[in-house]
Amino acid sequence: MSETIIYSAQKIITMNPSRPNATHVAVQGDRILAVGDLAELETWGPYKLVETFADKILMPGLVEGHAHTMEGTLWRYVYCGFFDRADPDGKTWDGVKTIEAIQDRLIEAEAKLTDPDAPLSGWSLDPIYMDNKRVTRADLDKVSTTRPIGILHASGHILNVNTKALELGGLLKSGINHEGIPLGADGLPTGELFGPDTMTPVGVHVGFNRSMTDSDEQGLRAFAKLCVRTGVTTITDLAARLEADGVESMLKVTSEDSYPARVVPLQIFMGATAKETVDKVVGLKARATDRLRLGRIKAVADGSIQGFSARMRWPGYHNGAPNGLWYTAPEQLAELYRLALAADVQVHTHTNGDEATEMVLDTLGPVLKEVPSPDHRFTLQHCQLADAAQFRRMDKLGMCVNLFANHHFYWGDEHYRLTVGPERATRMNACRTALDTGVPMAIHSDAPVTPLGPFFTAWSAVNRLTASGRTQGEHEKIEVAEALRAITIGAAYTLHMDDTIGSIEVGKKADFAVLEDDPTEIGGDNLKDVRVWGTVQGGRIFAAADL
Amino acid sequence: MSEPIPVTVIGGYLGSGKTTMVNHLLRNANGLRLAILVNEFGELPIDEDLIEAQDDDIISIAGGCVCCSFGSDLTDALMDMAALDPRPDHLLIESSGVAIPSAIVGSLSLLNGFRTDGIVILADAETIQASASHKYMSDTVLRQISDANIIVLNKVDLVNDKILDGTFDWLAELNRDVRIVKTQYGKVMPDVVLDSFLGKETAEGPSHHTADIAGMTLKIDGRFDVEKLACTLADSENGLIRAKGFVTSICGQKMLIQVVGNRWDTSTASDNMKDGIVCLGFKGEVLKGLQALVNSMAVETAFQE
Repeated sequence: MSETIIYSAQKIITMNPSRPNATHVAVQGDRILAVGDLAELETWGPYKLVETFADKILMPGLVEGHAHTMEGTLWRYVYCGFFDRADPDGKTWDGVKTIEAIQDRLIEAEAKLTDPDAPLSGWSLDPIYMDNKRVTRADLDKVSTTRPIGILHASGHILNVNTKALELGGLLKSGINHEGIPLGADGLPTGELFGPDTMTPVGVHVGFNRSMTDSDEQGLRAFAKLCVRTGVTTITDLAARLEADGVESMLKVTSEDSYPARVVPLQIFMGATAKETVDKVVGLKARATDRLRLGRIKAVADGSIQGFSARMRWPGYHNGAPNGLWYTAPEQLAELYRLALAADVQVHTHTNGDEATEMVLDTLGPVLKEVPSPDHRFTLQHCQLADAAQFRRMDKLGMCVNLFANHHFYWGDEHYRLTVGPERATRMNACRTALDTGVPMAIHSDAPVTPLGPFFTAWSAVNRLTASGRTQGEHEKIEVAEALRAITIGAAYTLHMDDTIGSIEVGKKADFAVLEDDPTEIGGDNLKDVRVWGTVQGGRIFAAADL
Repeated sequence: MSEPIPVTVIGGYLGSGKTTMVNHLLRNANGLRLAILVNEFGELPIDEDLIEAQDDDIISIAGGCVCCSFGSDLTDALMDMAALDPRPDHLLIESSGVAIPSAIVGSLSLLNGFRTDGIVILADAETIQASASHKYMSDTVLRQISDANIIVLNKVDLVNDKILDGTFDWLAELNRDVRIVKTQYGKVMPDVVLDSFLGKETAEGPSHHTADIAGMTLKIDGRFDVEKLACTLADSENGLIRAKGFVTSICGQKMLIQVVGNRWDTSTASDNMKDGIVCLGFKGEVLKGLQALVNSMAVETAFQE
């Protein structure tokens, strides 16, 4: 039996209702032996007292229920976002506020490239914050006319490229008639490409190709560093293609002694039938390890709200845009749910528009009568526009929800003004309603779409501020304690993992977020500013400063 | 540069018979090397007896045909297709049941090496009207119908004549210019879907005939307003399903005309091609009168030079 280590802390916030706070936690190997005060823990026999955290606050290791490992890969590219953002090595990159600033940053990066033909890639651009002034190929040509340049937008759905990249992608020509490719006065593309179909032909020449969503080994390690810096010990990859090579490299990297996170990759339901997908995931589930929790599926019902591809019920988009796209037909979804329930495989389903949510509810209901499955915990991901009636149905069907609290901050103003209008923007990501209705709830960042950082996500749900500083949805705010629950045991519950993670109590994994500030004392306004010292993951200590 | 690969987008809601029709076309490809792109490798996208070899990404099929799945990124898969050696003669994209075919055509237009031949939509005679009023799928199904250049009304054996006629008229009302071909078991005449009948013409026209469909060759004499002629051939009033051939323009340029249902396209061609248009159409008086109509469209000799 391994040695018992007792950690003292200024305060331990346990998320265990029987014992919400404690001062000491005893750990054996990767598990928690006991939680309480020192006198209670000493009853377990010999121990080593470690006081590294004597002045720190311990919380259960945070759980990010909707992110993408791609965040780790993207940091190899030039950060072009509007907001300050910390990279895996702990450097905070200033947000770039103007096109000139973006050019300067790209020029600096370009100067470091030795291969004259190598592409220059950037990410996280968002013209919404720059008065919607569009970036053109001429803007990027000022950085280089000989080297292909591409910058992916924050949403991931738009790519800006320079003239050289257009030329390599075969799109520097007149006569293009495609709604995803705006043309300039000269009849040639402006360099902005909307949607995957237009992005791919050029994307392959600027470092953005289909396989980039499969994080490589280096990317997985970078991703885990971000976890340590943000207090996260369990994180999803939602979703992955999980091809044979990718699975092998994920198994290899996550099994490294120094790998500090538990990764939960969900197999995407796309490009294979329901039966093949469920069979494959049943096979993957058998290969799952503690740090690579294979064995779940993600389905996608519709697109995105700001991309106008989400499926909306009446009255549709506020600006009159036509209804969005279905990515999966109800019959296919029903078949997937049926087979997955029978095989005990959990399915998370992406819905953004309220019609997509309605379709999933209509589909799952009858399937549950065929395959009665108490405690299935099928989860709606994003589910941004659900109304109160839909939350009541989720409750009755035994569903969970993972709401996109960060979205409200980053694009809330846009939704209010343009996409869905004031009333529905106000109810978006209705955390209060979810909790009041009894729907088990998590909140998420969808990193890299918005930065990984559960305290920021919690702050978003508590304050509901938009980027312009407006409170949008006073009545959907939640309390700090509820938000902290959502980023720990709440998210763990949606993954069917609340029996082993999400709270600090006997028998569970020794996963802690180690904090410099007490999130229950710092005040809701400041929740995003909680300083993270690092984590303990499976009993192993990871200091952010030492990464 | 080599000729672009003609591409047919095959759409239609779940269960309309897309896979069955694709297999029928593979069995009757008549030496054409077909490449099939399917959204997913379903239970069995290709009949087992046609498969020669299979790995994760590609199924090799008898007669030099192949089938690949495109999953989430069609553009990426198309770029792979363009690089195939030997190049396929014709590419069929079997889209997902919820796909919007015109969006696929839009993507296709961005890639070099391909030419959109047409959009063929399958409709299940028994269920298409119910699908079109489905709570969630209605607008998607209606969009598929209105995007069609040719509708293959399949499974006609499952409904009585009255329902069949009603469904036919209903489709014709939704897409007034479309050509509707009735079939069962997906057994459509390959020439309806494939760009395969040029070069097969004889004095009597293409060799394929069915009860409803006949081939013919239009004699072309003189010079024409080529776009006007192509547009006329694509008009559903004139009974054609497909047409392809060479015409001399008013200014003496040899032009290729291609008509697929209500879709038409013209492009410049080499001068040594012989004037004449091969057609496939619905048997009847209209088709018989087409030669006279075309003759009447020849530009007066007086206007030439």
